Amino acid sequence: MDLGKYAQVVLWSYAGAIALILALIMLSLWQAAITRRALREVEDRQGKPNG
Amino acid sequence: MSIWEYANPKKFMQTSGIVLPWVSALAAICLIIGLTWGFFFTPDAVNFGATVKIIYLHVPSAMMAINAWVMMLIASLIWLIRRHHVSALAAKAAAPVGLTMTLIALLTGAIWGEPMWGTWWAWDPRLTSFLILTLFYLGYLALWQAVDNPDTAADLTSVLCIVGSVFALLSRYAVNFWNQGLHQGASLSMDAKDHVSNIYYIPLLISIAGFILLFLSLVLLRTRTEIRSRRLAALLLRERIA
Repeated sequence: MDLGKYAQVVLWSYAGAIALILALIMLSLWQAAITRRALREVEDRQGKPNG
Repeated sequence: MSIWEYANPKKFMQTSGIVLPWVSALAAICLIIGLTWGFFFTPDAVNFGATVKIIYLHVPSAMMAINAWVMMLIASLIWLIRRHHVSALAAKAAAPVGLTMTLIALLTGAIWGEPMWGTWWAWDPRLTSFLILTLFYLGYLALWQAVDNPDTAADLTSVLCIVGSVFALLSRYAVNFWNQGLHQGASLSMDAKDHVSNIYYIPLLISIAGFILLFLSLVLLRTRTEIRSRRLAALLLRERIA
């Protein structure tokens, strides 16, 4: 496909937006994983069910 | 069955645990279809050339930037009126997602503006109100971090959210209030004559659906993390006291 003289404009827009979305998804998943692990450790230590 | 059942963290965790994978999968499907269709299978516009392909990112992200703040406003009001912790945590969880949407809208708008308007930035009513909304998002997140007591933080951020709603609404309606701005009118309208051509309309709607579902899945995921984090803090405090 030919984006013509606006190729850089379109490609930079998509690259920037997709990078921001992926960074947010990765950050959210990482925070979810470390919080879940930390909670499980404390619950196991205190003998409570996993939440 | 009442919506207030979900104010119970246990009920929220159970239901969101079931819903989250489906919403995430639907978001991925809609985003892949909408963006691929828009990028590869729509023609260039007569007046904008290939830059028209940016609307599949710019319009949905700008919509979600404003709607995320509206969702935060509703959750904040529920917190202030009914004191349901889940609603305060949902508002907190939505803020980084809304901020990211705002940044995407500003970034894609600036990249598009340079060749079309001849400038990356203009102090246009919509652009300026959007920039102020970005600062409100940053302030909202900073306030959550700055206050140690979570209930006090929820109170203060809720008030900030109510104040910031003026700019969220202004971002949406600025083009209607002032005519002198560079930014064109809305790309979507209830009146078929006013919105973009049908060739672009359907992939745009699919992209918007993808962004809404992405927002929903990220807010659910992040709210679950906030609930777990709050429980973790409570258990650690109990451990220290014992």
